[in-house]
Amino acid sequence: MTLTSPTKPGTKHRIVATPHLSQRRHFDATYLTFLVPALICFTIAITIPAAMGVFFSFTDSVGFGEYKMVGLSNYIALFTDPAIIGAYSFTIGFALVTVVLTNALAFLLAVGLTAQIRARVALRTIFVMPMVISGIVIAYVFNFLFSNTLPALGEFLGIEILKSSLLSNPNLAWLSIVIVTAWQAIPSAMLIYIAGLMAIPYDLYEASSLDGASAFGQLKHVTLPLMIGYIGINMIIGFKNFLGAYDVIVGLTNGGPGVKTRSIAMTIFTGFERGDYAYQMANATIFFIISLIIALFQLRLTNRGQAK
Amino acid sequence: MSLTLQQRLNKRSRARIGKERINWWATILLSFCALAVLLPLFVTVSMAFKSAKQAVDGKAFSLPKPLSIEGFTTAWEMVNFPRAFTISLLITMAAVLGAVLVASMASYAIHRNWNKRFYRYSFYYLLGAMFLPFPVLALSQVKLTGLFGLDNPVGVAILHIMFGLSFNVLLFTSFLRGLPGELEESARIDGASSWTAYWRIIFPLLAPMSATVAIFAFLGSWNDFMMPSLIIAEQADQTLPVVQQLFQTQFSNNYHVSFASYLMAMAPSVVAYLFTQRWVMSGLTQGAVKS
Repeated sequence: MTLTSPTKPGTKHRIVATPHLSQRRHFDATYLTFLVPALICFTIAITIPAAMGVFFSFTDSVGFGEYKMVGLSNYIALFTDPAIIGAYSFTIGFALVTVVLTNALAFLLAVGLTAQIRARVALRTIFVMPMVISGIVIAYVFNFLFSNTLPALGEFLGIEILKSSLLSNPNLAWLSIVIVTAWQAIPSAMLIYIAGLMAIPYDLYEASSLDGASAFGQLKHVTLPLMIGYIGINMIIGFKNFLGAYDVIVGLTNGGPGVKTRSIAMTIFTGFERGDYAYQMANATIFFIISLIIALFQLRLTNRGQAK
Repeated sequence: MSLTLQQRLNKRSRARIGKERINWWATILLSFCALAVLLPLFVTVSMAFKSAKQAVDGKAFSLPKPLSIEGFTTAWEMVNFPRAFTISLLITMAAVLGAVLVASMASYAIHRNWNKRFYRYSFYYLLGAMFLPFPVLALSQVKLTGLFGLDNPVGVAILHIMFGLSFNVLLFTSFLRGLPGELEESARIDGASSWTAYWRIIFPLLAPMSATVAIFAFLGSWNDFMMPSLIIAEQADQTLPVVQQLFQTQFSNNYHVSFASYLMAMAPSVVAYLFTQRWVMSGLTQGAVKS
């Protein structure tokens, strides 16, 4: 049989021509020392806490000491707890409004910054700046603006609704959180849009303008259809991040007035203070499942984008 | 990489065509929008330099007259700025170094041994945590760090590194896949071990991606509030963003002191950003697009 090989030259020999690096050495301890310590630390820091959380969500633990298994009762209690339902509806509503506002503004800014403008570098530098500032610190600055400057402005202009602090208004306090969160989140969305806009071939605009398309027509018929993938990804990333909102809320309203602006993360963190650790772990598990569903959605969208 | 080439080409063609007319409309509109970013920062700076007498009226847009640094000296002592700053800096440095080294080494091992099941599964295992939000793990981590005696800045630095690991491994492995293998191949023929090959060949080649990872690790660590506030038990060991809480509870009318403190907390990252602006921008874009 071996004698027949010359009749099909190349079929076997081609494979051995360049052995891949990894195939040449069978065992190399260096690789293990590169990976295994990281895996161990990761397991202790991330995996075990995650498993602990899920495990304790089926117990009545207060965070320390003895506990017993209580089955699904924490989960059942969650679904009828007005504090939890309030936190979820606030957080999801806030995240939806913020994601739309953030992406609309980020998209417009990106279109503006890729147009033929003066001082492009200076403007882009300014617009990216919120990204490097700590969320809690800028929230404190806005806290001052909302509770001092805005009412003073309302007094000056005689606008009734502005006269009292936005932060203590039970119906409008959430707006302040939307504004500051968007202020901080716009740059990263904008950078993604700029990268997307830069990748659109200029010929398309040239061709469409030869066909007599207006600037608005180009935006609608050339830019938007090509950017739809970027918009989808940005919306999902933003939504996922906003669901975890914490810093900005602590800096602005700290959950108030009352518990009107308390986010999911804030309810989870009350687990130690109030001794309902196990209960909040059930809450955290639900929150994780929601994040996971969104992440899988994002992954599908990314993969589809790459397949194109 | 193809994107950046495309970008450059587009830029060139746009610049050529655009020489003819500049869109003043967009320039003016954007400059106006830039005020939304600049005004809160302007207020911070101007409030910080006011005297106690002037600051008390709470007028945001009046200029400081006379210029006073009393706010800074008071805040400096009140929050023990040197200590908070040093702790923040040490955590951030450890987190940046750790993020780059741990993730790139793990990625290199995974990339080279992709045909082995253990490494492949390790990759998916690490990646799985990308979707774990911190609030989900927080309480259990507080318990564990307390147990290990890591409820301090060291624990926060370790957690920062581990939280970033998933995303950073994804970035590094995808970058490694795009690198040509010839350089390492020839070093190997000359007898270099994996260790030498990593330090002499791979690590320098990874520099652009390391920069991206480092920038994100820096921003994430320096500006983090949630994790240190929960993990660090000793109030005196708190980081710079966390100590700003002080002004919400007490001394709430000494605006010049609180704003001086806010300014000192945000200035380091803003100044660093302004000086490395062009470099940071490309890093941020790369990271943002990959996420």
